[in-house]
Amino acid sequence: MKAKHLRNRWLGLLPLGLIFFLSGCGQLEMTVLDPKGPVAQSQYDLIVYSLWFMLGIIVVVFALFTYMIIKYRENRPGRKESDYDPNLHGNTTIEIIWTIIPVIIVILLSIPTVTTLFDLEKPPEPAAGEEEKEPLVVHATTADWKWFFSYPEQDIETVNYLHIPTDRPIEFRLTSADAMTALWIPALGGQKYNMAGMMTTLYLEADEEGGYDGRNSNFNGEGFAAQTFKVHAESEEDFNAWTQKIQNEAPELTADRYNELLKPGLTDVESFSSTHLDYVKHHTKDGMGYTIEHFRDLYGKKLDLYEIEKQESFQ
Amino acid sequence: MHITDILVTGEPIIYGAMVSMALGGLAILFVLTYFKKWGWLWREWLTSVDHKKIGVMYILSALLMLFRGGVDAMMMRVQLAFPDLGFLNSQHYNEIFTTHGTIMIIFMAMPFLIGLMNIIVPLQIGARDFAFPYLNALSFWSFFFGMALFNISFVIGGSPDAGWTSYTPLSGAAMSPGPGQNFYLMGLQLSGIGTLATGINLMVTILKMRAPGMKLFHMPIFTWSTLVTCFIIVFAFPILTVALALLTIDRIFGSQFFTLTGEGLPMMWANLFWMWGHPEVYIVILPAFGIFSEVISTFAKKRLFGYNVMVWSMIVIALLSFLVWVHHFFTMGAGAFVNSVFSVSTMLIAVPTGVKIFNWLATLYKSKIEFTVPMLWSLAFIPSFILGGVTGVMLGMAAADYQFHNSYFLIAHFHYVLIAGTVFACFAGLVFWYPKMFGHKMNERLGRWAFWLFFFGFHVCFFPQYFLGLDGMPRRLFITNVAEWLPLNVISTVGAAGMALGFVVFVYNVYYSFRYSERETTGDSWNGNGRTLEWATTTPVPYYNFATVPYVDEIDPYVRMKEEGKTTFEEDKVKPIHMPSYTGQPFIFMALLGLASFGLIFEWMYLAVFGLIGGVVMMIRRSFDYDDGYYVSVEEIKETEKKARGL
Repeated sequence: MKAKHLRNRWLGLLPLGLIFFLSGCGQLEMTVLDPKGPVAQSQYDLIVYSLWFMLGIIVVVFALFTYMIIKYRENRPGRKESDYDPNLHGNTTIEIIWTIIPVIIVILLSIPTVTTLFDLEKPPEPAAGEEEKEPLVVHATTADWKWFFSYPEQDIETVNYLHIPTDRPIEFRLTSADAMTALWIPALGGQKYNMAGMMTTLYLEADEEGGYDGRNSNFNGEGFAAQTFKVHAESEEDFNAWTQKIQNEAPELTADRYNELLKPGLTDVESFSSTHLDYVKHHTKDGMGYTIEHFRDLYGKKLDLYEIEKQESFQ
Repeated sequence: MHITDILVTGEPIIYGAMVSMALGGLAILFVLTYFKKWGWLWREWLTSVDHKKIGVMYILSALLMLFRGGVDAMMMRVQLAFPDLGFLNSQHYNEIFTTHGTIMIIFMAMPFLIGLMNIIVPLQIGARDFAFPYLNALSFWSFFFGMALFNISFVIGGSPDAGWTSYTPLSGAAMSPGPGQNFYLMGLQLSGIGTLATGINLMVTILKMRAPGMKLFHMPIFTWSTLVTCFIIVFAFPILTVALALLTIDRIFGSQFFTLTGEGLPMMWANLFWMWGHPEVYIVILPAFGIFSEVISTFAKKRLFGYNVMVWSMIVIALLSFLVWVHHFFTMGAGAFVNSVFSVSTMLIAVPTGVKIFNWLATLYKSKIEFTVPMLWSLAFIPSFILGGVTGVMLGMAAADYQFHNSYFLIAHFHYVLIAGTVFACFAGLVFWYPKMFGHKMNERLGRWAFWLFFFGFHVCFFPQYFLGLDGMPRRLFITNVAEWLPLNVISTVGAAGMALGFVVFVYNVYYSFRYSERETTGDSWNGNGRTLEWATTTPVPYYNFATVPYVDEIDPYVRMKEEGKTTFEEDKVKPIHMPSYTGQPFIFMALLGLASFGLIFEWMYLAVFGLIGGVVMMIRRSFDYDDGYYVSVEEIKETEKKARGL
């Protein structure tokens, strides 16, 4: 009786997992599983490809496991004498088989992983029939706890929001003014670290217009939760109109204003008609200590950023 | 500095914790004084070099830390499920996830397993104690004072708040001034001494002190897992020691190893940390594999399937564990080639691990499974761990990892492997060997309740987190500010409550069993199904372990011993046994180093120098220590054995 009870509970596990899985995947509402650009798409493809293998492994192991604990429980009615062999301790053939199969799975997973890795180092290929476009260069710089997006070609800079044209690769040049952070826009693709004294490159592209959530995904202190930004992906014309507007209407980013913004704390969205790249290069050996040298005293203080809790959304 | 300056103020929860700690401390002092137990505590425990008592102290400390880390976890879960409550602010949350991670890995998982190794490994190989009993006591007290230091941080000075990985430059002096990070550095450094010493100690014990005839490939699988773990410890821990020391020098003496100013290399910390950190993961999982192997084989009443392959797969895992550290920061931009290499090496770990899973399943084939509580924990491990394992492979695929990294997908993965692996193993091992340690079993009914509550709680808690990760929720986020994340977070918190309840039942079971369980009369507690030498001794185990050590020339020697009617007491062969004397030196030595560490944390150099000089004096004192131990007389052994065996 007890054993039957047990078995039912074990079996109960399978549908439980399945319900979760289907309710999750079936609707495809999760950001990572709903890609809005070629980079996110290639990662999505890789994830889905691997998921089939993983599901296969899970099904095989769960099935074997269920079979074993039902068939070979000690007090199963109708156990036969032949169901017990205490000295069985190996079988070379079967052991070779279950070593080789995982090796094959690893190979099958490695090939697309490696090719995708190399692809992601380059700007995404244009869709069939479309011309190749020069990537738009955007310097993404973080400071506690805000984002600076500098567009050197357009000579504009935004704080805590980002405008990008669709169907054109964006070449993010990532660096940090202080702690290590990471730029992550899950709808458009995976993340990469921003580090002071270094510059990392991340290619992303949006192929659908819309607003996407971006954030720093690497913990960097008290204001971490609020270090988010909105990505506005729009047509080339709208994007150009926007840059025009900023160039004409926004104030210049002076060195003083930039220093003010670098201080640890939260800031609202802002726009400027020049960039900070002339004042300091955080990614160079000379510039990596800039913020610490200027504002060392401010890092010690706890800011008690209670306003984070009050805000519904940070954008 | 005045005392009120170093006490943490302004947090009602911390005031509450202070009061309860003070009351708890006073209660312990009162009980010890009232029942005149101070002498007993000193003579029987604090000065003990007996591996069994040291093991018990390790496990008690680890259970205490499981409670502390668990409370941290529950506070986080409450905050995430009820963000409108304003329960924790950002700073407090950051401190809590930092202490949760550090405590669970360093002060819970490792000591729990080392505690089990302490008690069981010498018994499994027929040894009478560790190779270096004095050093073993030293290890425990270094862990204990390191743990104590780390744990007082939240009432004195402030907790560390840069995550358990303590990445520079965030954790450097410029961006995290004050004693908080120093508590992390010194707490880990002090307890690290003990871990490294234990690694060497157990390695020598296993290599040199096995029963006559016992070859390496006759050793029980848990002992094998311990040996492999010791090698990992000895190679990995020095890296941590160096990294911690460099960061300490940075923070306290103003050097520039990991700083942003002065051309430091902050990213070197991430490399050093994970060069230790990844092997560390296997330090806490391999012994767990060993425990599951022992329990499954015992309650399947069958030899472990593929013993040699099991051993070799552990050795391969240990080697690979040193070759995968970069997968913790694929997103650092090391380039496609580097990431490809580490991606493949990471996925390769799945091969020996998969082989082990199939071996456990094959052990169940043609067996007679008895669903005891330790067996339930071990069986539950297999399907649960698979879910953590396959997602681990997915994380190992670097290109996909760019999307998983730093998200709840990762959180779900490592809780699936660490809880289903290590924590289940700790419970399985503790319940399994409990009669050996305390002379009575834990109550089965309560044990089942604890298991099912914890098991379901665990899955309900962590399974939804995979989907939170895929929806873009990053780790270490103190507030669920996206509405779609809330429902899954609430489910997760309900699961966490289930785990907490399971833990409470488990602890209550300790008390209940102490009061009501039947006392053991034989040493072979599980219906005579014991297979290895630890079951051949009487219960309680005499302090010298074995009156006579049997000759061993096979795996599972106790099975044949029982068939042939042999015991570990062959009256005509009893000789005087050489045993080490108890000593208070390790306790005093480590207390002094604890004091020195405390001085360094607050940068009170006089105190630090005083403590360090004290440490040197204790080492000199030890060098001129001519106490060679003592002999247990044949009469005493015979008397003890006859009484215990009812002859």
